[in-house]
Amino acid sequence: MNKKITCIECPKGCVLSVDLQNDEIMSIGGNECPKGQEYALSEIKNPLRIFTSSVLIQGSSLKMIPVRTDKPIPKHKLFAAMEEVKRMRFCRPVNAGDVIAENFLGLDVNLVATRNSLG
Amino acid sequence: MLNRGLVIVGGGPAGMAAAIAAYEHGAGDILLIERDQYLGGILNQCVHAGFGLNYFKEILTGPEYADRFIKKIKNIRQIEISMRSLVVNLSKDKVLTFLKPGSLNQVQAKALIMATGCREKTREMIHIPGTRPAGIFSAGLAQKLINIEGLLPGKKVVIVGSGDIGLIMARRFFLEGAEVKAVIEIQPKSQGLIRNQVQCIEDFAIPFFCSHKIQRIYGNKRVEKVSVVRVDENFNVVAGSEFDIECDTVLVSAGLIPENELIEMAGVAVDKKTNCPVSQGLNKTLVPGLFVCGNSFKVYDLVDSVSRDSVIAGQLAAEYLKGLK
Amino acid sequence: MKTYDVIVIGAGVVGTAIARELSRYKLNIAVLEKEQELAFGVSKSNSGIIHPGTQNPPHSLKGKLCVAGNKLIRKISRQLGVDFKEVGELIVVFKEEDVQQLLKLKRQAQRLGVPKLKIVKRNWLKVHEPNLTHDAVAALYAQTAGIISPYRLVYDMAENALANGVEIFTQQKVVGIIAGKNTSPGQVFEIQTSSDRFKTNYIINAAGLYADEVSAMAGVNDFSIRPRKGEEFILDKKKEHLTRHLLFPLPSETSKGILVIKTADGNPMIGPTAEDCDDKEDLSTSDTGFQKVLNGAQRMIPSINETDIIAYFAGLRPVAGDDFIIRHEASVPGFINVAGIQSPGLTAAPAIALMVCDLLKNNGLLLKKKRIFYAHRKRTVHLFAIPFSRTAKLIKKDLAYGDIVCRCEMVSAKEIKDAIERGAETLDGIKFRTRAQAGRCHGGFCTTRIMKILSNAANTPLTKITKNGAGAWVVKEDRIDA
Repeated sequence: MNKKITCIECPKGCVLSVDLQNDEIMSIGGNECPKGQEYALSEIKNPLRIFTSSVLIQGSSLKMIPVRTDKPIPKHKLFAAMEEVKRMRFCRPVNAGDVIAENFLGLDVNLVATRNSLG
Repeated sequence: MLNRGLVIVGGGPAGMAAAIAAYEHGAGDILLIERDQYLGGILNQCVHAGFGLNYFKEILTGPEYADRFIKKIKNIRQIEISMRSLVVNLSKDKVLTFLKPGSLNQVQAKALIMATGCREKTREMIHIPGTRPAGIFSAGLAQKLINIEGLLPGKKVVIVGSGDIGLIMARRFFLEGAEVKAVIEIQPKSQGLIRNQVQCIEDFAIPFFCSHKIQRIYGNKRVEKVSVVRVDENFNVVAGSEFDIECDTVLVSAGLIPENELIEMAGVAVDKKTNCPVSQGLNKTLVPGLFVCGNSFKVYDLVDSVSRDSVIAGQLAAEYLKGLK
Repeated sequence: MKTYDVIVIGAGVVGTAIARELSRYKLNIAVLEKEQELAFGVSKSNSGIIHPGTQNPPHSLKGKLCVAGNKLIRKISRQLGVDFKEVGELIVVFKEEDVQQLLKLKRQAQRLGVPKLKIVKRNWLKVHEPNLTHDAVAALYAQTAGIISPYRLVYDMAENALANGVEIFTQQKVVGIIAGKNTSPGQVFEIQTSSDRFKTNYIINAAGLYADEVSAMAGVNDFSIRPRKGEEFILDKKKEHLTRHLLFPLPSETSKGILVIKTADGNPMIGPTAEDCDDKEDLSTSDTGFQKVLNGAQRMIPSINETDIIAYFAGLRPVAGDDFIIRHEASVPGFINVAGIQSPGLTAAPAIALMVCDLLKNNGLLLKKKRIFYAHRKRTVHLFAIPFSRTAKLIKKDLAYGDIVCRCEMVSAKEIKDAIERGAETLDGIKFRTRAQAGRCHGGFCTTRIMKILSNAANTPLTKITKNGAGAWVVKEDRIDA
């Protein structure tokens, strides 16, 4: 079967045409550069997304600290990531870049603060 | 009254980039005025990733992009920062009046860069008939409530407008556990970046209606539903195409308006339609030594473009100051 | 249970004016308001015009009380510290043959006692109202027209009434009235509300849109209130000097027409429409209303553009026939109706208050003046209304005057905290008292901060804050509760 996906690697947004047979990728067309090929492969096999949100923090004039995963995580794990982050209450000062949670969700990925909690 | 070399109004990405560029081009006395408690401007609430691909060759979140500039600025002692400071008046001679807790201040600037960004178009500015209950937010206000204050505005959301902020918020609401009932766009196609269309709408199968508009908002105290209708190529209503969507929240993502009321006080003309300043080439205005940069100059799609634009303004201001000597 | 001398039902401009006037006397007075805050009913949609008294039939209560009220409002506004500005009004005609109508209106108004009227022609209009269409041939100029903030007036009158001993109860919707067995004035009424009971010797029914329903509770049902909707559109404050006077067309049977007016806050306003409707809660605006208003306004000021409009709302006039109904009900002694108070209700309010005092006096209530009546009230500080030199001094005394929360209207944290102390409990209450959220960004910048200030001051969780009372919640969940 043929699946159409929009490449997002650059603003061009080439519509990629992916031929699948029994979930195996037979061919990829429509891309104007090699990035499109890689994107299609990744999107079909294991779509990944950078997860971002905010976490409650105490002891700061800010109520929430924005966070991100330092690497993209499987798209189907986004909700689990939200649930995890909703439960968190962070209690010490952080700087942008500090690791808030290692091995987040048991994946080889860290949850990292993206803003300083002080000033 | 204080006298300063260069005064910059706005400590968001535009103001910060301009301040740093001005310093790097020789300006030695810079005052940066910011109305919030923190530097970073609108980037502080843009917790999602997608910034900096152009400027830093990395995919950063809004706060991380801002942090690059904040770190630099904090290490430049020639840039003085005044927080919680709101400019309330600007004269033709570049005298600014600003208020902050504890004082009212007047500053005579030799050179002045306005980097005041944009405000959002609200429901009130586009006539959507119906009632005015609680639950109608501009997309940016909803973004601030969720990301900065941890408050979820509602559980059943209809988004009006498919600009980037609207698309980003569709995803944000979905992830936070709300039901995003629809994104309604009057144009025949989505107005946001393709990346956002894919990662915010397609990823979550959010119902997307192009060539549609909200006909009426219902609800006495809180939003209860909206009626939606299809429009043709001339944006006229297609009879018989109405349908209702039950919801408790309406997000309006109808566009940005450059904040230029201050430079208007100084006599700079702004375009009646866009509210952008009428420029005299690059970031100059008809007031010598008064420059504008960032989104208050022109509404940019990418913050990377804002940074580039603001660097130019910073340079121009530094050159102007050199010329005065 | 305490028995009050007088209970006023309805805390809009009429109810608070009456309460304030009555508070001069040694009486126990209470005001019952069904909404969470005062002025949340008809008064909140008022255009803020103090009418000179033109366009009222000479024998009407409307006419007499308007002319009297126009005089009284000047002193009252000074005493209360709320700004009244005399800007004058022009009733404009576009055809020579309509000048006859203007002369007729002038004669009628003069019979009522309206002062300072004159007919002006093209040349005068060109000089004194430059943006008015050149199609205008003449106008009736009434100098004594003015503008005032309708809700600030209500709050200031209410505060003054409180300072003089009146009790004000909000969230008290009257659901029943039981008259005493006695059939003379001075009998005891029992008023049942949604949550309480009150006893009083006299009732003043100033319940706006619901005055007919309240009157029926007392057994008087010879009138009904039919809402007449008016849609209004607010222009950007940048256009403040678009006009110098209040501009009126010739009146129609049912309304004064589409006006181009100035408001006390600086924004011009255009409208209102006049559509009879059935639903006392229907405050919706419409596309047809928008078009009607825009067309009507552009007829007078051609340069008005759709893009100048920054906000809109609708109000409902409580219409009970052609005139005010202000009378003591002989069939229910002690019950006074003040109903059908549509335009010129705001202007007439101080005169209505005096008339009600007379009705009370003539029906058995002893009005004994207090030795001390606090007629004056310290003016509320609004940074947007004072020069920077005064702002600088205020900031030195209290830092929080320099902490600007609402950027568009320059409202400080101090003013917001003060408004909360003086009774604001909702976002709209703060907006009506301070102007925060009423500017061009409509709360885009200040809403989060205002919610936090209100949450702290009232010790209320953020999820319980409302726009304007029960049901109008702002946010559904707080991450803190997750």
